Amino acid sequence: MILTVVETDAAGATEVSLEAVTFARALARRAGGPVHAVVVGPRPDGLVDQLAGHGVGEVHHATGDAFSAYGGALWAAAVQAAVAAADADAVVAPGSPRGLEVMAHLAARLDVPMAANVVGLGTEDGTADGTDDGTDDGGALRVVRQVLGGAVLEEMLLPRRPAVLTVAGHAVQAEQVPPVPVTLRDYTPEVAEADLVTRVVSTEPAAPDLSGALTSAKVVVGAGRGAGGAEGFTAVAELAELLGGALGVSRVVTSMGWRPHHEQIGQTGSRISPDLYIACGISGAIQHWAGCASSKTILAVNTDENAPMVTKATYAVIGDMHEVVPAVNAEIRRRRG
Amino acid sequence: MADVLVCIKRVPDVGGEVLLTPDAQTVDARFVGFTVSAHENCAVELAVRIATATGGTATVLTLGPEAAVEQLRAALAVGCSAAVRIDADPVEYGPADVVREIAAVVAAHAAEGRTHDLVLLGNDAADTGDFQVGVRLAYALGRPVVNGVRTVEVADGVATARGDGPDGVETFAVPLPAVVTVLEGGVEPRYPSVVGRMKAKKIPVETVAPRHEPHGPGRVRLLLPPAQPSTVEVLGAGPDAAPAVVDLLQRLGVAR
Ligand SMILES: Cc1cc2nc3c(=O)[nH]c(=O)nc-3n(C[C@H](O)[C@H](O)[C@H](O)COP(=O)(O)OP(=O)(O)OC[C@H]3O[C@@H](n4cnc5c(N)ncnc54)[C@H](O)[C@@H]3O)c2cc1C
Ligand SMILES: Nc1ncnc2c1ncn2[C@@H]1O[C@H](COP(=O)(O)O)[C@@H](O)[C@H]1O
Repeated sequence: MILTVVETDAAGATEVSLEAVTFARALARRAGGPVHAVVVGPRPDGLVDQLAGHGVGEVHHATGDAFSAYGGALWAAAVQAAVAAADADAVVAPGSPRGLEVMAHLAARLDVPMAANVVGLGTEDGTADGTDDGTDDGGALRVVRQVLGGAVLEEMLLPRRPAVLTVAGHAVQAEQVPPVPVTLRDYTPEVAEADLVTRVVSTEPAAPDLSGALTSAKVVVGAGRGAGGAEGFTAVAELAELLGGALGVSRVVTSMGWRPHHEQIGQTGSRISPDLYIACGISGAIQHWAGCASSKTILAVNTDENAPMVTKATYAVIGDMHEVVPAVNAEIRRRRG
Repeated sequence: MADVLVCIKRVPDVGGEVLLTPDAQTVDARFVGFTVSAHENCAVELAVRIATATGGTATVLTLGPEAAVEQLRAALAVGCSAAVRIDADPVEYGPADVVREIAAVVAAHAAEGRTHDLVLLGNDAADTGDFQVGVRLAYALGRPVVNGVRTVEVADGVATARGDGPDGVETFAVPLPAVVTVLEGGVEPRYPSVVGRMKAKKIPVETVAPRHEPHGPGRVRLLLPPAQPSTVEVLGAGPDAAPAVVDLLQRLGVAR
């Protein structure tokens, strides 16, 4: 049985959670057995049916007063109880901050290895070159995961049961299946005092312009060192506004203090997946690419036609962003009349 | 008076093309420099601030080769007052192995009367990205852990940490001793002063031998994703490309 940790928001399971469920189905096909889900805390309306439509046969829902505020150890305790109750062969979570945190706790508690940011299964469909070197892994699960922000892949063995892993965001696409019969099991895990110590004490709602806007934006306009200075962002910010999108920047920009860190895209910033990313004056270093690789379409604006951002982009304009972007803004306005 | 231990990892500073070693176990760093993750630079900055604010100390630790002294010195130059190097090749160490060695150093220091009240780490290492050393260390030490925060302050035996959650900025308060892992963005790491650099050179680095045989990282091999041939369509050059760009924006349905 493959147990999937599902995170929720008001609308149901999060997209990355459904991706994790889709990955769990692939794992279940190989290992045999059903896919279950574990949900901790609030359970939005319609969640169980939504999960059935993604192939989940049983939903374990941890309830109890303890789960009114998030805590990594606490959530892991609930998942651990579901692992034990359902005798899971593998536990799969989304590669979100909480998914990673809860899995690290779970792996530590079970004393098993954990693979972060898995993108596929080894040697069958996951490896980059698709070759099977025929090695006998002695019953270990072989996974392929992202390292170096995704610039490099690692084949890794998970020899112990349960295999604990997180699925890299947007590495697989969430796919629905014809709904399967589903059962809901509410349970109230026992909670140790120590697991309650690091719960969230308070939450201040984020200002709307903070990074949430960036990660959920359909259009992101990015600017890097090519902006030239703190005053070089007027035109890109205007373009973002004209397109109803968000402004994002490279690390050079935040470390120069030109723009705040919550706008940073990359390995140590936000990971975006917009329909369109317009990257202006950004070279496309691997750590930046780590944050924008899931964009559906990329338009690069760069003076250097050989910059990695240009060669990896879908479209490019070769030129000075300080000339190109204002001209684009003017053209948008002209057509709007 | 908080005694803070901050853990950093020396990693290759690759920005462009990545090369692998012939045995495909690690990145070939012959043609690049070395650095530490931006998360860890922020952890060092927080350690120094907490030490200063509480009249305590900040000790920097790495598990790494002799050359990793370069990264320890950089942390000493910005205000850490002691450094420890566990003499081992991180390529052969899995996260649980690294944790056992760090925990052994913490225990050895405690036995000498130096309790590290707070251990700070990065949220994830820049190269292997295992996202777990901090959490596992907390279990090894029997301490609470707060993960992925941007600021930490210490007062009256409590660490107060703040970070971004799905619904806004979350605050955690944990009694010391504790473990906290840090994300970039809450503080601006300071630059070393000339005096700082000079001082750093004089501080001896405590070198300890690993105490356990590593189980290893479970790595079979590293692979480079297949190079994608460029399929870029150049829309034009300079401001004259603006109409073509707006045509594209309209085709994609993002501009009216
Ligand atoms: C551990 C680690 C983590 C990192 N994390 C991140 C991260 O999260 N995000 C991130 O972005 N980086 C990150 N980096 C840094 C990364 O390696 C690069 O240094 C950074 O992304 C480069 O930013 P840039 O593209 O703006 O600058 P540069 O690499 O200097 O590129 C500037 C580009 O602008 C072009 N240009 C210049 N002038 C103009 C102009 N007038 N008009 C148009 N084009 C112009 C140039 O041709 C060039 O391509 C990290 C590095 C490390 C080691
Ligand atoms: N070899 C090492 N030496 C010292 N600290 C390390 C080492 N490896 C990992 N860490 C710390 O643990 C954090 C998380 O690493 P990881 O779990 O490997 O992604 C890093 O940001 C470092 O602070």
